[in-house]
Amino acid sequence: MIWRRLVNTFMFALTAFCTLVTVSVLFFILGYLVYHGWRSLNWDFFTKLPAPVGESGGGLANAIVGTGKLLVITVLLGVPVGFIGGVYLAEFGGAAFCSVVRYTADLLNGVPSIVIGILAYALVVMRARQFSTFAGGFALSLMVIPITLRSTEQFLRAVPQTLREGALALGASKWKAVLTVIIPAAMRGILTGTILGVARVAGETAPLLFTAFSNRYWSPGWFQPTASLPVMVFTYAISPYEDWHRQAWAAGLVLLSMMLVANVAARLILSPKGAQHA
Amino acid sequence: MRSTLTIALLLLALAVSGFGQTLINGAGATFPYPIYSKWFDEFHKLHADVQINYQSIGSGGGIRQLEAGTVDFGASDQPMNDEQLKKQKTAVLHFPTVLGGVVPTYNVPGVTAELSFTQEALAGIFLGTVKRWNDPAIAKPNPGVKLPAEDIVVVHRSDGSGTTFIWTDFLSKVSPEWHSKVGSSTSVQWPVGLGAKGNEGVSGLVKQTPNSVGYVELIYAVNNHMDYGRVRNSSGAFVKADLASVTAAAAGAAASMPDDFRVSITNAPGKAAYPIASFTWLLVPTKIEDATKRKNLVEFLHWMLGPGQKMTEALSYAPLPKSVVSKEMKAISRVQ
Amino acid sequence: MASSAVTAGPVAGNPRLREFLRRLRAGDLVAHAITFTFAASILLITVLLVMELWVNSALSRAKFGWSFFTGSTWDPVAGQFGALPFIYGTLITSFLGLLISVPLGLGAAIFLSEMAPPRISDSLTFVIELLAAVPSVIYGLLGVFVLVPIMREVVEPGLVKTLGYLPLFRGPIYGVGVLTSSVVLAIMILPFIVSISREALMAVPREQREAALAVGATRWESTWQAVVPFARLGIIGSVFLALARALGETMAVTMVIGNDPRINASLLAPGYSIAAVIANEFTEATADLHLSALVELGLVLFLLTMVINGFARLLILSTTRKGTAQS
Repeated sequence: MIWRRLVNTFMFALTAFCTLVTVSVLFFILGYLVYHGWRSLNWDFFTKLPAPVGESGGGLANAIVGTGKLLVITVLLGVPVGFIGGVYLAEFGGAAFCSVVRYTADLLNGVPSIVIGILAYALVVMRARQFSTFAGGFALSLMVIPITLRSTEQFLRAVPQTLREGALALGASKWKAVLTVIIPAAMRGILTGTILGVARVAGETAPLLFTAFSNRYWSPGWFQPTASLPVMVFTYAISPYEDWHRQAWAAGLVLLSMMLVANVAARLILSPKGAQHA
Repeated sequence: MRSTLTIALLLLALAVSGFGQTLINGAGATFPYPIYSKWFDEFHKLHADVQINYQSIGSGGGIRQLEAGTVDFGASDQPMNDEQLKKQKTAVLHFPTVLGGVVPTYNVPGVTAELSFTQEALAGIFLGTVKRWNDPAIAKPNPGVKLPAEDIVVVHRSDGSGTTFIWTDFLSKVSPEWHSKVGSSTSVQWPVGLGAKGNEGVSGLVKQTPNSVGYVELIYAVNNHMDYGRVRNSSGAFVKADLASVTAAAAGAAASMPDDFRVSITNAPGKAAYPIASFTWLLVPTKIEDATKRKNLVEFLHWMLGPGQKMTEALSYAPLPKSVVSKEMKAISRVQ
Repeated sequence: MASSAVTAGPVAGNPRLREFLRRLRAGDLVAHAITFTFAASILLITVLLVMELWVNSALSRAKFGWSFFTGSTWDPVAGQFGALPFIYGTLITSFLGLLISVPLGLGAAIFLSEMAPPRISDSLTFVIELLAAVPSVIYGLLGVFVLVPIMREVVEPGLVKTLGYLPLFRGPIYGVGVLTSSVVLAIMILPFIVSISREALMAVPREQREAALAVGATRWESTWQAVVPFARLGIIGSVFLALARALGETMAVTMVIGNDPRINASLLAPGYSIAAVIANEFTEATADLHLSALVELGLVLFLLTMVINGFARLLILSTTRKGTAQS
């Protein structure tokens, strides 16, 4: 009996240890990035363009704006498609078709981002013979569509049936009921899902390597190559220049902060409602 | 309503940021990246409406993207062969820009002296037959240097690289074993070693990995305060890469420069010549449709051959021989 | 609620047509059609993906056929492409990553679902799920500057000293390599295993635990012998999901794996993965055959992750209360 009790205590101590290790990894990553990146975050970093190779100084203003533009395209292109598709799955769809779409969306979610990059290259870059912000945004949109689709559906389904029935009983047509009653009711969750999805694709590097390419200057408009934070982190990290390493840490910190802010914001948006899905 | 308006305005501002600028895109060799980035920066200061965006993705990438039409010009340290030229949509001209040297850079803790490498030693290291730093092949030309008995970590390029071409071209010329086993190209089957992306990646990896050796363009070793060795040339002298030795390597070729500027100057004759030197070329299409881009590229080429050549020495590249410069000036008119 | 305008004539006589017009007028059909199109876009994207991968790899498939999967030569100059080193590299780093992270993740999941009070469990899970939000390139950044030196100075020499007689730990110590890459992958897939296994464990009905406790089992025995087996499908599903993730990781892997297309018995040696070689060589594949071979590699990766993901989703569907977890 004592042996069994010992095993009991030991095993649970072990599992607690596993949890501790897992949690501390995150804190370590965060801490290390803050430590190395914080000192490098200066005004220059946010406002200047990169300096010539080997010279110190300069910044990543163009990469920050570039990532911003890529996310704009993602939100304009990918989010509506996923959102409206999610509405179909939750409100209009038949069971068989819906489960096929749902399953495919989950599978598409799991496709490595580099393969999505190949698709975007074939569809956009090769046809236009141009690397562009649009091609990069297109790749990111492809990745955000399944995420938005599933989360929209999830939160629409969570709206109580009574709301739907009430709206219909008052004489609203189905689409009006959905648009004016159901969607607003689920808006919080949908917003959360969208924020999380966009945050996730914001950090993707691989698909941008041969769609948005990179740029040492500002990228005019939407159809020229552009610098982006993740690609610059990669380029600078594998280089030998200390100054570039410093900037890589700073860029990494900026990226990670974006992720964390998005995740925490999403959590906060959801929690007052007390929704059970998060 | 107001928030939508502000968002729309912001988007518009984002979209038009940078308009009024001519953006010329180029990609290719990492070998001349430091001087190219300096040049494009200086040129932009003189012509505020022109931005030349150059991405160092390796010579192979430069040729490929030029072929795909996604860039306006390319850059390579290996001149395109006839097969590659045929695949291009319009005829492409090679414009030599600078002379540089590829050096064996190493990171051996405890060794601060400048090592001298024979051709056989270099071939052996990269073939994997010379495995340790204290191997006689390395030790013999370096008497008095205490070399550790550690395994050599070889670092080479993982991407299609003109620098690789220069290096393997040299090794093929001096080592029959290398010639038959590996050969020379932008991308070879390396017998040993780790792969890194670009000259930047190789120097980064060598800098961080003890007991490693890699091959990089001279400026990368100099800029990052890395040790690099002397190499024995065809006359038997151990030569260190610098402006003088690289220029000496080009002396013979300058006299007999072909019209299309495609030459190799590795293992050049001459006592002072650095054996692993090379020209590097800008690949410019003969037909450029966009008039503004064409005008600006042509202007850049003129500038590059004039004031640009004066900036090369600060970055450890040798300027082009005068005869080559004048020949190139004439060739620029072929860009239409 | 038929519209009062249509009460006579041929339309009035046909109830189905009347209903159709009513719905059309009410806008439902339009809404249905629009939303249907967008939902179907998912299928369109997937079909396009398969098509583009298939078509653009045609050259390579025609030239090499099945020998593509058995050849170990990757020689762009000679035009010889064999995928074996990349498949090997991808599989071994992913499996090793699983080997490291599954015990760790399962342990943490058990603690979080069985031991920790709900509030703490929720907040700790939130923190762990944040790990999944860290971009791959940042893992690469930390890999290059933090993990590689540690592996090179401490871990790998230690392994050589203690287990050096095994062929797994022979050869020069680079710092970068298969082992380092596996460790990075292990950290990256940890949150998936923790999160989904915890869901699966929490979905186990209380009766299971209580029944075991009622016959005198300790908490641990109840957990290990009654709860975990009940949740095993979900746990296995989480492992497969994590595997699929690991197989496709690009940036972190290419920064620490050494980029050497060779198969080595030693885990200390450098390797190469499918995603890494595509990332490195895609922009410079001059020969059409080279590009085609890279796309074929992409196709292989795609099929591999699809199959494993599909399997994982089925497993998870059958156990967790939420159906498919949001990942």
